[in-house]
Amino acid sequence: MKRLIPLWIAAIAGFTVIASNFIPPAMGMSDLVTEMFSVLAAVAYVLGAASIAKVHLSKLSARRPGWGYSIVTLFCFTATLVVGLLKVAVPPGPRSPDLAFSGSYSEPGGALWWIYEYAISPITATLFALLAFYVASAAFRAFRAKNLEAALLLGTAFIILLGRTAAGGYLTGWFPEEISGLRLENFSIYIMQVFNTAGNRAIIIGIALGVAATSLRILLGIDRSYLGSGD
Amino acid sequence: MGLAVAVPILLQSRFPEKPTAIAKHAFDTINDLPDGSRVLLAFDFDPASEPELGPMASSLTRHAAMRGYKMYFITLWPFGTQMLTDKIREVILADFPQLVEGTDWVNLGFQAGNEAIMTQAKSDFKRTFPRDVRGIAVAQIPMMDEIRTTRDFACLIAVSAGYPGGKEWVQYVVTPERGSATPLKAVVGCTGVQTPQLFPYYPGQLDGLIGAIKGAAEYETLVNAEAERRTPGAPVPAKYLEAVRRMGPQMVAHVLMVSLIVLGNVIYFVGRRRGVNA
Amino acid sequence: MSTERTTHLARNALTTGRSWTARAAPLRRWRGAAVASAALTLAVSAIAAPPLPPQDVRVFDVPLDAGGAIGVKWTVPVDAPAGSIATFVIRRSMTDAERSSNRLDQRKTAYETELARLTAEGVAPESAKTQATMFAQQKVPTPAEGAAQEPGWIDVSEVPASAVAGSDGVALVKGLDPEQSFQFLVVSRGPDGSGAASAPTAQVRGAPGLFMGKRSFLLGWIIFICGAVIAYILLARSGRPMKIRRIAALEAVDEAVGRATEMGRPVLFIPGIQDMDNVQTIAGITVLARVAKTVAEYDATIEVPTARSLAMQAAREAVQASYMQAGRSESFNPDAISYITDEQFGFVAYVGGRMVREKPAACFYMGCFYAESLILAETGNSIGAIQIAGTAESSQLPFFVAACDYTLIGEEFFAASAYLSGEPDQIGSIKGQDIGKALAIAVVIVASVCLAVAAVVEASGSGIAIGIAAESVVAFLRMALTS
Repeated sequence: MKRLIPLWIAAIAGFTVIASNFIPPAMGMSDLVTEMFSVLAAVAYVLGAASIAKVHLSKLSARRPGWGYSIVTLFCFTATLVVGLLKVAVPPGPRSPDLAFSGSYSEPGGALWWIYEYAISPITATLFALLAFYVASAAFRAFRAKNLEAALLLGTAFIILLGRTAAGGYLTGWFPEEISGLRLENFSIYIMQVFNTAGNRAIIIGIALGVAATSLRILLGIDRSYLGSGD
Repeated sequence: MGLAVAVPILLQSRFPEKPTAIAKHAFDTINDLPDGSRVLLAFDFDPASEPELGPMASSLTRHAAMRGYKMYFITLWPFGTQMLTDKIREVILADFPQLVEGTDWVNLGFQAGNEAIMTQAKSDFKRTFPRDVRGIAVAQIPMMDEIRTTRDFACLIAVSAGYPGGKEWVQYVVTPERGSATPLKAVVGCTGVQTPQLFPYYPGQLDGLIGAIKGAAEYETLVNAEAERRTPGAPVPAKYLEAVRRMGPQMVAHVLMVSLIVLGNVIYFVGRRRGVNA
Repeated sequence: MSTERTTHLARNALTTGRSWTARAAPLRRWRGAAVASAALTLAVSAIAAPPLPPQDVRVFDVPLDAGGAIGVKWTVPVDAPAGSIATFVIRRSMTDAERSSNRLDQRKTAYETELARLTAEGVAPESAKTQATMFAQQKVPTPAEGAAQEPGWIDVSEVPASAVAGSDGVALVKGLDPEQSFQFLVVSRGPDGSGAASAPTAQVRGAPGLFMGKRSFLLGWIIFICGAVIAYILLARSGRPMKIRRIAALEAVDEAVGRATEMGRPVLFIPGIQDMDNVQTIAGITVLARVAKTVAEYDATIEVPTARSLAMQAAREAVQASYMQAGRSESFNPDAISYITDEQFGFVAYVGGRMVREKPAACFYMGCFYAESLILAETGNSIGAIQIAGTAESSQLPFFVAACDYTLIGEEFFAASAYLSGEPDQIGSIKGQDIGKALAIAVVIVASVCLAVAAVVEASGSGIAIGIAAESVVAFLRMALTS
């Protein structure tokens, strides 16, 4: 029963979404299924929060290595939750300036807005910027002309890297109009539009077929390992 | 790498940008819409991708405002609301104060639900976005009167950093309408890593593709040229030169990577020869 | 002067021999007037007779659709002079929202015109705005609640008269709101732009059919591909051996877990950063179940940080079941599968820090990843872990390929769970999926050849029949694949 009910739910929900694409009166049911998932995901946040609290509190109480980080995590988690729920320092909204809590929780000037603007935004932008350093180290290590295919990859990388900047214009901008297609900036676009598109299309078709087969296995209950059924 | 990126910024180096045919196509698609067209601007990105997508979002907003289109701003990313607010403040409120909220532009904010929101907006836009960010019901917003579905827009302009984003807009909203009498035009701006993924959709399903900061710099150049044509001699504010400015560090970084690749290969071949000789 | 009057006067001039341009006059002037009237008569007869309105306009619901299309039929007037009708214009009534929007546009135009006039007269700006607003509201008032309103019409379609075969014309009007009722009328438009409208029809609303006819081909493709998968599953169940090629990344799972066991270090498994509604996350968790079973058998430890609460729950259930299956339920630690944060870079910051501190010996990245993929892979590389990745995000594949030891590309990732299970049912489904791929390859080859043939025929100008056949095949494929 523990395995059967989730299987039936998965099958009914999945086939409903498929059928709603073909049966007009059932088109709204697809949205209903999606909304039900959104509700479930929202409730699951409570489970996630409980997991965070449990893991870090147990680490803190047992003084396991790295327990200091757990204090920081719990403090930041609690502070953000409290500040957002209580709308701390949120100015009143423009439509009701006399009511204290009329402003949106993300109203500029509020504490939650401050956390977003001065903590979350710069930190996420910084972490994203780390990619530049990782790309450089990956390029240094991975792009080796070990064989013909690797050499082709290397050459393509050079064309794209230079063609997507002004360096391409400086290096090959002098090419005459008859062979302007070989200018790095034009050649890089040609590579993207022809070779890259062909390869991507092939991968997309393969992925779509893989998704279809996997979904069918799940909907028909052939593959149940995601349920924890052990099958 | 830090130096490679920092030096051009500190020296304020700028390099000329020659727009390519793809950027021109995106520009012309938006520029050639009839006067008073309704455009849906979906800014699906967060602060992490702001350095790459922020300048193109500013240029697209500026272009739409310059042409006098009616602008409808939405986002499907939770952190996208801040991006919307920033761009509206930077561009519309700062440089187009004559535009009236509710009549010329409206910020409908964020809706959770990913592709479900897209498919719902395709059939009932007002039910999908029932209020704007001020909390006003869309029934009370004059420019929402004429909107029923996504078909009522002349063009979709999506700036996306991942999922949900440009690819989902193409799959769920643009492609189903492609065979109709009035297909929805679509221009997508995306990050560099997403560009190869979206090329298969251009030009069959997409009318324009602005890829990475390079595409943003090309588009920005075109919009600045259009602004110069409309108001000759007016100085270009620095905020509309951001993409071009960021191409400086990009160029130096790319040249550095090419050098590292060459160095790595030299070391590899030298090491291999030493190994053979040994 | 209207066309009817002109025609009447010309006819008069012919019959009476007198022009309306001059009174009875000396012969010279009469002759000149006669010439002028004859020329005018010729000119008038060259102008088409006024069009007659279409008759018997009726509407019908288009079957097998979502309710957004209505068909309009009309009868061409039998006594319409030849050439009097150039096109038939189909109009529909406006909805309340459209009428309201129309009113707003008219009001805005009236406001702007009046404001410009008052400003030119030197009226103060604030006062001019107020006066202009009042003027606009008076000129275009809002109708009272419940008052009858002029329907307002929108042109939705135009059919050239030459395209109407026989006596009946038909047009399909699409993109209508199935919740709204509409009236329709048809206008005969002459070459000179004059028109004659039919009476409007009664209110009609499109009704959704039971099936979307235009998606028949899509249903066909789905039935074919799913049918192939099911057929091969049944074949596999019947005992027919199914062989699939070796996938190096999956063969290396045992090796990776074995390495972690020898080194006494944990195995790190990340099932992507998306939620359970993403099929890649489900595929990742099915692979997790297999890997966790191997980890349990080897008595190693596994850590599974997740970026979504639901994924954490599903991962926990999967790992627990795997441990139970391996007979090591006492070794299962639920806290090893924990939720970190939904925020992409917050998650990768945690995982990166964990990798640097704990130094897992084997890292598995199986699921949907975005920009954080390179950070994870490079960090794993820096700690010397063996890394096996699998994703269907084509934008992240290059990073995994560059930085990981083994990578499952696209469909290999979806086949991973079936491959690792070794069950005939699941292997059969992979074979069935290959039928779909064979079909896709065949379509690409056929379409490419036909397009090439059509291009060659067009360039050379010979072999027209072959060219037409090739174009027909391409057109059919395009229709079948894009419906």
